[in-house]
Amino acid sequence: MTPDFPDVAPGPRIAVLDYGMGNLRSVEKALERVGASPAVTSDEEQIAAADGLILPGVGAFPKAMKRIRELELDRMLNDAVARQVPVLGICLGLQLLFESSIEQGGAQGLGLLEGDVVEVPAGGRKVPHIGWAEVTWEKPDQLTNGLRPGEPFYFVHSFVVRPSGDELIGSATYGSSFACAAGRDKVWGVQFHPEKSSSAGLRMLTNFKEICS
Amino acid sequence: MSELKRIIPCLDVDNGRVVKGTNFVDIRDAGDPVELAERYDAEGADELVFLDITASHEGRDTIVDLARRTAENVFIPFTIGGGIRSVEDARAVLGAGADKVAVNSAALKRPELLGELAEVFGSQCVVIAIDAKREDDGSYGVYLNGGRVATGRDAIQWATEATRLGAGEVLLTSMDRDGTNIGYELELTRAVARATDVPVIASGGAGDLGHLVDAIREGEADAVLCASIFHYGHYTVGQAKEHMAMHEIPVRV
Repeated sequence: MTPDFPDVAPGPRIAVLDYGMGNLRSVEKALERVGASPAVTSDEEQIAAADGLILPGVGAFPKAMKRIRELELDRMLNDAVARQVPVLGICLGLQLLFESSIEQGGAQGLGLLEGDVVEVPAGGRKVPHIGWAEVTWEKPDQLTNGLRPGEPFYFVHSFVVRPSGDELIGSATYGSSFACAAGRDKVWGVQFHPEKSSSAGLRMLTNFKEICS
Repeated sequence: MSELKRIIPCLDVDNGRVVKGTNFVDIRDAGDPVELAERYDAEGADELVFLDITASHEGRDTIVDLARRTAENVFIPFTIGGGIRSVEDARAVLGAGADKVAVNSAALKRPELLGELAEVFGSQCVVIAIDAKREDDGSYGVYLNGGRVATGRDAIQWATEATRLGAGEVLLTSMDRDGTNIGYELELTRAVARATDVPVIASGGAGDLGHLVDAIREGEADAVLCASIFHYGHYTVGQAKEHMAMHEIPVRV
């Protein structure tokens, strides 16, 4: 025993970007559970020092982009991407990574992934789409290592992304099929909530932590 | 692909402790709701509901602490009900990591609360909990205080009104069936499921796994709430899911 040292090396520092929308505590706790060192923050120094960024979010796209711009998180995200720091968007955070959304009259997004955001193609089903849905993986990816085909994840959303390039990683069905996981280079996003998707979600966050290590 | 039906264990909590005892041999502290919740998550529960029955006002802070500790250890959606009377009450438990709040008596006293909660947090965070009892004329009345106080409201009408006001889900408990283990009140469940356009959680009466299938098939429920059949170790959540899958009900496995 060497009591002067912790049993486990501290995990990668992951900044959970805080722009005042949505409950970030569950994301923070799930990251701790998988051995990362998360910080819920909008502080530039902390974000610049992070090994990975998570862009969470619940709420409306235009308001979220407004808050992100006010806090200059868009610039910090662009800087991080330029430095090849991994980024993971969750739920609204996935949508914000794309170029634009039609929500509430429309707004421009971060444009880190190509495509747009439209209403969930529910075909008359209840919206928002809430609940567990099985995810089909469209191609192998570091983020989905070890996850079964058809693994269920937990969703709460009214809008979906439409990747225009080859970013599609996973899709799910609610009425019709929609993209629910996308990524390119070091930028990823998922429509579902890994922090609420039990062991499958923790596995995905473990994969992201390893990408950040 | 049809939507996955949910199994939701429910824990009654008084001053931060599980009320109904459990006989799990491998649980260190059967009174700790978080430890039980972790077990249900590991068994495959789709969501959890905690109902706070703490009577004293001072005891209410324990429910926020419970939400906080649950969020640290349990990684499935969970709902907190009992004692939610205002947007501020809801903010405290949602901020601590809960996904939804269930409101019952406070919404009956002041139905506008549902709209206020939906506007601030979204209707996906707002569950209307209804305790219903069959009346002599065959209708279902809404009751308070564990079925002792009649409100004069009709359960189906109240479910419709509450969802119109902002509730995104109905947690429907049959007071006639609660604790009986003879099965859910299917007629009531089906009537509410057909009258509303939000998910309905059937509650009260589950005694065996066939009852869960009945609630989905005949009651047309989107989810089943269970307490004693899991707490006392009669069945695991995994067994319940196997049984439902065997009857061709789509579930998360």
